[in-house]
Amino acid sequence: MNSDSYEAVIGLEVHAHMLTRSKLFCGCAADFGAAPNHNVCPICMGMPGVLPVLNRHVLELAIRTGLAAHSRIEPHSTFARKSYFYPDLPKGYQISQYDQPLCRGGYVELPPREGSEPRRIRLVRIHLEEDAGKNIHSENASLVDFNRSGVPLMEIVSEPDIRSPEEAVDYLRELRGILVAVGASDGKMEEGSLRCDVNVSVRPRGTSELGVKTEIKNLNSFRFVEKAIVYEVKRQIEELSAGRRIPQETHLWDPEREVTRPMRSKEFANDYRYFPEPDLPPVLVAPDLVESIAAAMPELPAQKREKYGRDFGLSSYEVGVLLGRDDLGDYFAAVLAAGVNAKAAANWVMTEVLRAANESGKPLAQAVPPPQQTGELLRMVEQSRISLNAAKNAFAAMCRSGNTAEATVLELGLAQVSDEAAIAEVCDRVLAAEGAKLAEYRAGRDKLYGFFVGAVMKAMGAKANPKVVNEVLRRKLAG
Amino acid sequence: MRPSAVFTQMTSELNRLTIAEASARLRRREISSRELTRACLDRVAAVEPRLNAFITVTADEALQQAELADRRLDQGDAPALCGIPLAIKDIYCTRGVRTTCASKILDNFVPPFDATTIARLRAAGAVFVGKANLDEFAMGSSTENSAYGATRNPHGLERVAGGSSGGSAAAVAADECLAALGTDTGGSIRLPAAYCGVVGIKPTYSRVSRFGVIAYASSLDQVGPFARTVRDAATVLEAVAGPDPLDATCSGRPVPDYARALSGEVRGMRIGVPKEFFVEGMDAAVDSGVRGAIAGLEELGAESVEISLPHTDYAVAAYYLIATAEASANLARYDGVRYGLRAAADNNIELYNRTRAQGFGAEVKRRIMLGTFALSAGYYDAYYLKAQKVRTLIRRDFELAFEKCDIIAAPVAPSTAFRLGEKTDDPIKMYLSDIFTISVNLAGLPGMSVPCGIDPEGMPIGLQLIGPPFGEEAILRAGDAWERSGKFAPPRSRL
Amino acid sequence: MEQERISLEQVRHVARLARLALTPAEEQRLQIEMSEMLDYVDKLNQLNTEDVGPTAQVGEPGITTREDEVTNPSAADAMLANAPARDGFFFKVPKIIE
Ligand SMILES: [Mg+2]
Ligand SMILES: [Zn+2]
Repeated sequence: MNSDSYEAVIGLEVHAHMLTRSKLFCGCAADFGAAPNHNVCPICMGMPGVLPVLNRHVLELAIRTGLAAHSRIEPHSTFARKSYFYPDLPKGYQISQYDQPLCRGGYVELPPREGSEPRRIRLVRIHLEEDAGKNIHSENASLVDFNRSGVPLMEIVSEPDIRSPEEAVDYLRELRGILVAVGASDGKMEEGSLRCDVNVSVRPRGTSELGVKTEIKNLNSFRFVEKAIVYEVKRQIEELSAGRRIPQETHLWDPEREVTRPMRSKEFANDYRYFPEPDLPPVLVAPDLVESIAAAMPELPAQKREKYGRDFGLSSYEVGVLLGRDDLGDYFAAVLAAGVNAKAAANWVMTEVLRAANESGKPLAQAVPPPQQTGELLRMVEQSRISLNAAKNAFAAMCRSGNTAEATVLELGLAQVSDEAAIAEVCDRVLAAEGAKLAEYRAGRDKLYGFFVGAVMKAMGAKANPKVVNEVLRRKLAG
Repeated sequence: MRPSAVFTQMTSELNRLTIAEASARLRRREISSRELTRACLDRVAAVEPRLNAFITVTADEALQQAELADRRLDQGDAPALCGIPLAIKDIYCTRGVRTTCASKILDNFVPPFDATTIARLRAAGAVFVGKANLDEFAMGSSTENSAYGATRNPHGLERVAGGSSGGSAAAVAADECLAALGTDTGGSIRLPAAYCGVVGIKPTYSRVSRFGVIAYASSLDQVGPFARTVRDAATVLEAVAGPDPLDATCSGRPVPDYARALSGEVRGMRIGVPKEFFVEGMDAAVDSGVRGAIAGLEELGAESVEISLPHTDYAVAAYYLIATAEASANLARYDGVRYGLRAAADNNIELYNRTRAQGFGAEVKRRIMLGTFALSAGYYDAYYLKAQKVRTLIRRDFELAFEKCDIIAAPVAPSTAFRLGEKTDDPIKMYLSDIFTISVNLAGLPGMSVPCGIDPEGMPIGLQLIGPPFGEEAILRAGDAWERSGKFAPPRSRL
Repeated sequence: MEQERISLEQVRHVARLARLALTPAEEQRLQIEMSEMLDYVDKLNQLNTEDVGPTAQVGEPGITTREDEVTNPSAADAMLANAPARDGFFFKVPKIIE
């Protein structure tokens, strides 16, 4: 069998650091970057006798996320202890949710790729849990920092509905968009705000039974997720094609060598001995709490896409490009806010802005002028103060200099002449100088019209407003 | 006798006062907290070599606290416990004072924080004489499972003090302090109170904050006081009880004025007597002592009704699965990484295995093993879940019983204090010491032990009074009425 | 010899889960004691609990929660004061193996 005769079956478990001031169960700061063990207290260090108290805001953020993902918000959910020993896990157990999570079911709808239908990736559950600390390994000792211990995490588990590496990335992107929109996460994958475990199996196309899955742990970028899946699918197909079986294993992604490799298997690794956390009573969510959160939901990515299509007349492709990157989407929104026509702004952002950003290799905000200035420039085009070509030149200059639109246009002398009298004077001069051609034109050689336009524009240093030139020239040529 | 001799005589007896008496005299400034504390510390010095009620005596801190209390008393308007010397079971985290839980694994642990109850007592101006002995991690019924040696019974040094809060009970019984704090997971306050002849209260689960109290079995553990009278015990309970933002399981209910409940009036009170608690093989002295106290309450106007708690016989089995399962997780934090004992090791796995092997005693290991097993893959439903279901049945027994009565009266234990070493080789026999106390923890109810008699060898007998949830006032009223009836005067320690 | 309720191998497995190094003598004693205890708790199976729900907690319903506020001062030295070994502000542990 060749690789086309297999299909990949992929499910994702995403751990999102939640955007809170304090930790899940104690009043320590939840932000990163503090000196080691400076954001810790007896509770998140698992000292004897301490007890967890749930951060109320975390509950609200998780309910918002659940609502955004069409999940069922459970009126009664519980915490459980998940036991294992590791130096960064202070209590010897993680407080998590097990058989009674806060949210069940739901789905994330993926924006359509070109030529494909929108797809729904179903969710199994969304639950709350605490993060562990951090171990720093060195030659013959390890160092432990508990600043991250107890930071709230939301775990979002999908059904194995994903069929390709690209789709996995689309799902992650959409999920991240939702998390950022509801304020549950900053969505910064590179900074570890989102971590992803991927379950991958393959099966002969057309069959419905699930194959044996490999779990790939701790992927912290979209690129790694995509590469790891590509690698793992290929590996599994090769194994199966060679007549070997896939053992159920946990793998780690090696970003250097771009391969996945099995973690050392621990024979008892999976006996976490979950049981109900006696220190936390069940979380009871009243219907009116859910209603009040639902009534104050922010705009979600799908709603925004729909609005962009509807209100700005953008195609789903254009919407996809604009909203495919947070920075680009934000930039577009800011240009719009400067009072520019949406279609023109969209075209400009998708072409000029994106190109400038890509060519510079710098983050968008450093590569291009502030959106207000770009808006200013586009307004000049709308008002015919400059030509579209002149605007492109000005934009390039602004990217380099950081000067305002106004100053750049002035400096480069790009302002367009729309003064009819001035243009008429030049037209008269051109026609007088080109008497022979004028006669030919008037005799019926219409093709010469372009010649006259070119000559007028050239005489005016390309700054004449083409619309006015046309009007005046046609009148004069008609005699 | 010259006046100074009288004074000496008086001060030497100060440690024998009740809180009510001492507090009144402190407020009148007839005595100082410093004198009172000194008297307790002198007594500690005199009896500790024989008793071993304390793991750590904090004499210097106590005298400093006493001085502060005296200043507050001088200014007037001090709380009831201001200047009163107390013993604290060494399971409460005390800021700056080592807290061992009677385990080698925490031998050098100095908490950087106070338990909520400790903070409340400090704020009330109480004086801490020291950290009292216990069974390691509160796992035991005799205080023999302590890494710091067994505590002996002040009424008979060859006898156990009961456990796990044996040090606290013995310290109160031996007049080393006026009252003490203990914890009760399966009887750990009521049993030593009964064995040592003092009052011990295990309040309703969630009545008192558990924050800073080293956990044994979190769904069962509850904090409570020991004292020489019901009134004194009520005073301490009132000082430590109440909502705590640091304990999510702690009840938000306001704390009643317990002293007001002590009206002495029990007329019309229906006292349920569970037939399952008067079993064959029970000491005759215990049987007659407890029945005598019930008859005494009837003479005061209460009515007794026979009730049934049919699942009593299953309580010990359910308890030892639930408590050990929770304990197996609660004790996972003792891994040698952040505090406490650390064994020499080349890697983290060795670190855990050796630290825990060296740090925990035999009973703790036994319970961790049983609890780990009960939660492990393939056994959870058969053991842990089954026990939780039986817990439901036990709880229902009490709900039904309290439809017929206001409080329940029963023995605390089938016998009086046994001899040191008598049960150490037979864990199950030891576990069965708690046969009458454990179901109260499983149901989360308030229970109290009040002295009600002595056996022919002079060992105290405890009457157990059990209330419905948050029924502390009813059991306090009954216990106080019995105590004040004068039908039985508890003997003082002969040490 | 009478067959014990659980095997030595089970005792060892549980000890591995619980991270307890046991001596051979301890293993044998625990095999006997745990077996006796499991025999004792068998009495629970006399009760039909088919329609009985489990009780995990006995407190009042409802959970105390806290505001999302940073209330703890940074007190690294106090938090590290009990450390068996430290390196700067890190806790130091022997090499970690999986
Ligand atoms: Mg997780
Ligand atoms: Zn903390």
